[in-house]
Amino acid sequence: MTEISMTVNGRAARASVPDNTLLVDFLREHLRLTGTHVGCDTSQCGACVVHVNGRAVKSCTMLAASAEGAEVTTIEGLANGELHPMQAAFKENHGLQCGFCTPGMIMSATDMVARYRAAGKELTEEAIRHELEGNICRCTGYHNIVRAIQDGAAKMAAS
Amino acid sequence: MSEQGIGARVLRKEDKRFITGKGRYTDDIRNERQSYAAFVRSPHAHAKVKSIDTAEAEKMDGVIAVLNGKQLTDDGIGNLICGWAVNSKDGNPMNMGAWSALATDKVRYVGDAVVLVVAETQAQARAAAEAVEVDYEELPAVVHAVDALKDGAPQVHDNAPGNLIFDWGLGEEAAVDKALAGAAHVTEMKILNNRLSPNPMEPRSAIATYDEAEDHYTLYTTSQNPHVARLVLSAFYQVAPEHKLRVIAPDVGGGFGSKIYIYPEEIACLWASMKTRRSVKWTSSRSEAFLTDAHGRDHVSTAKIGFDAQNRIVGLKVDTIANLGAYMSLFSSAVPTYLYATLLSGQYDIANIYCNVRTVYTNTAPVDAYRGAGRPEACFLVERIMETAARELGVDPAELRRANFIRQFPHETPVIMTYDAGDFAGNLDQALEAADYKGFPARRAEAAKRGKLRGIGLASYIEACGIAPSAAVGSLGAGVGLWESAEVRVNPVGTIEVLTGSHSHGQGHETTFAQVVAERFGLPIDNIQIVHGDTDKVQFGMGTYGSRSGPVGLSAIVKALDKVEAKVKKIAAHVLEVSEDDLVVENGEVKVAGTDRSMAWHEVGLAAYTAHNLPAGMEPGLKEGAFYDPTNFTFPAGTYVCEVEVDTETGETKIVQFVASDDFGTIINPMIVEGQVHGGIAQGVGQAMLENVVYDEDGQLLSASYMDYTMPRADNVPSFAIHHHSTKSPSNPLGMKGCGEAGAIGTPPAVINAITDAIGNNDLQMPATPPRVWAALQAASAKIAAE
Repeated sequence: MTEISMTVNGRAARASVPDNTLLVDFLREHLRLTGTHVGCDTSQCGACVVHVNGRAVKSCTMLAASAEGAEVTTIEGLANGELHPMQAAFKENHGLQCGFCTPGMIMSATDMVARYRAAGKELTEEAIRHELEGNICRCTGYHNIVRAIQDGAAKMAAS
Repeated sequence: MSEQGIGARVLRKEDKRFITGKGRYTDDIRNERQSYAAFVRSPHAHAKVKSIDTAEAEKMDGVIAVLNGKQLTDDGIGNLICGWAVNSKDGNPMNMGAWSALATDKVRYVGDAVVLVVAETQAQARAAAEAVEVDYEELPAVVHAVDALKDGAPQVHDNAPGNLIFDWGLGEEAAVDKALAGAAHVTEMKILNNRLSPNPMEPRSAIATYDEAEDHYTLYTTSQNPHVARLVLSAFYQVAPEHKLRVIAPDVGGGFGSKIYIYPEEIACLWASMKTRRSVKWTSSRSEAFLTDAHGRDHVSTAKIGFDAQNRIVGLKVDTIANLGAYMSLFSSAVPTYLYATLLSGQYDIANIYCNVRTVYTNTAPVDAYRGAGRPEACFLVERIMETAARELGVDPAELRRANFIRQFPHETPVIMTYDAGDFAGNLDQALEAADYKGFPARRAEAAKRGKLRGIGLASYIEACGIAPSAAVGSLGAGVGLWESAEVRVNPVGTIEVLTGSHSHGQGHETTFAQVVAERFGLPIDNIQIVHGDTDKVQFGMGTYGSRSGPVGLSAIVKALDKVEAKVKKIAAHVLEVSEDDLVVENGEVKVAGTDRSMAWHEVGLAAYTAHNLPAGMEPGLKEGAFYDPTNFTFPAGTYVCEVEVDTETGETKIVQFVASDDFGTIINPMIVEGQVHGGIAQGVGQAMLENVVYDEDGQLLSASYMDYTMPRADNVPSFAIHHHSTKSPSNPLGMKGCGEAGAIGTPPAVINAITDAIGNNDLQMPATPPRVWAALQAASAKIAAE
């Protein structure tokens, strides 16, 4: 067992967990933050993406113990009360259907926008499609996800 | 059209919970004293089970029970069944082999469940499953459908000699042979339809709880049809009596057909919950999903189409071998027969069609309906051979199609169907215009300057949604009726709950269904709640598959709304002392036409429940139910145009334009309908260019993860241009046709027609991966050089 402590969505979280506990299992099973999903077992699908210290991470590839002391943000903590602009953009552009990949998509999207902004690069449609390589959606054909991220990026720039 | 009514692009009511992480999927649920299940699965494609040693596993930490197939059978749990009886041509019934939820004497595919371990934690269950020792005697395996029919092939089931399940035919063979013999031109092709894995992003999951005090079971499960699950689990598998089993399908993360079926895991978890008196939870890993979720397609066909001297089709003859895998899944028999051969007339007026279908067992995962289910196979065959014939005849593929379109409705095809409405030429014209078909030669020339091969391909698809009526499908062997039910409950304050037997797992029913109610009575959409997915709340339902929620599910709601409106008018007429014929319901009021007298909607609701002043003899309350059984299938149709560019050095193919013109009849919410088409097209592109389930010769699944099975990613697909050109279906009250599967049906032939056009070689099978395209390109070049 390992003692871990981290900040999740702005709150301190402490627990004693088996050494091999994955971050995603800590979030889902210990903290009951079930908005972070598990869609595969090879770190391909991206349903489990969260932010660790401000960067998008697939929480199925990281041990909970490796997040010791980290600031973790999940889909539940992305916004304060109101919807985050990217969440609103997914709704307004019909960027989701079954909703299972959606939390990971939104967490990847906000990270993508932040990285491109920091690098001073334009987030084109082609760039968005390339950046989504690690997020699989089976429902939408990505058409409206791309529109949502374009719209969300504009909304984030304006806010 | 109101802002929230039929035809409005209303944003989805259900989205808020999904975008904030508050969706409630089965695996998100955890009961008190939750225990966890893990399955010991066969590593062999075909083997005898000689012995099972569970001693080590039973001693391990946290293990509650280790259960096997003999115990299951001894407890009277029945075998899994196929619910649609299809007879061979000679009248013999299909040869259905036994399928126990936990294998007893023999395993028949890699992943076949043998032992169930229940433990305190998931990790403990999985560790103990690893410790179970099963002694197998390996047997030779057969993987491919064609091989399964060969003399001396390994026998998958003793009661299916030669692995043949049935040998079925539809149409008049002699008439087709005669027509083809007299044809001016005959095009013949071998056409493969590749095996696919449905891959909803949410893996299957089940939580079974037996309540000893109440002698009652609750099953949370990832189902597209919880009532069908309850019926089958009780009536056929005898796991729990129907009145003591509640099945709940909460938020479900996609289905695409794979969550129609009742799988061994749900059966085993329910049974284990009774044995252990614990709530038992199982969630599939993605690897298990690849191994055990029902696959789709897997046809091997030959087809001949004949034309007269005026290029009119005179006959079509098809021979198909369909691989159903190791066991017959719930609707597996219907997919390559009544959902396939019946659509072989396509959009064309063909006097003579004959189709022979042989279904076979192999040592692979069961195959059943996957988005489109039979219709993609039919459409691919018809649209590939039409395109090929046009090339052979030297005519424009669009014009060969147009010359053969059905133009009069209703139209009875030689393969059972009666098409009720459509304007095929209208959809073709719209698609060609939107794709600038005329400008293609210039685009091809421009691409050539850049060293790219540009091609264009069409597909004019038709499909059949909302399988019905029940009496007809019953006469064809279906074990169930295919109606839908609904209940509309108006509360005393005028708000409304609609209970529907349809199930939403991404389709947006909470929004579209509410739009129809809002439009009908002029109420705010937020005053309407759609309830689904719980057998304790909704009395019955057949669920969602085959694009039936609109044409069938919504029609049941409309029928219930009719009854509500009739009672509302009776109450208002009584209170207002007018004739009910003078009343109209609009804008949330019941008005006396031509006057300023009215009752507000909520006043009628309150009057119904206070019952202080109702017409003599009227029962209090305002709640009506309806069952709707359609008079016919609906027939969505349209034309898709795909344009590709091929890199001659690598064979890499890029879709540079994709245009769809669909006829879905009445559209409730265009935003949601377009989303359905986008998703369907992406799955069609997946089948055409990326996806393939591959077993090696020993029956080991090589494509068992997202590292090996190529799911469409965002950069594999373009943006799509979706257009509508609609004719109303006369077979349901709103004139709807169903839109969920069209994209997956029309897309594969459009893509392959485009690629083969680009490379000048028609010999290309799906998925058209870069190596295959490159090889076909080299073969075409070699042929040109030789000539």
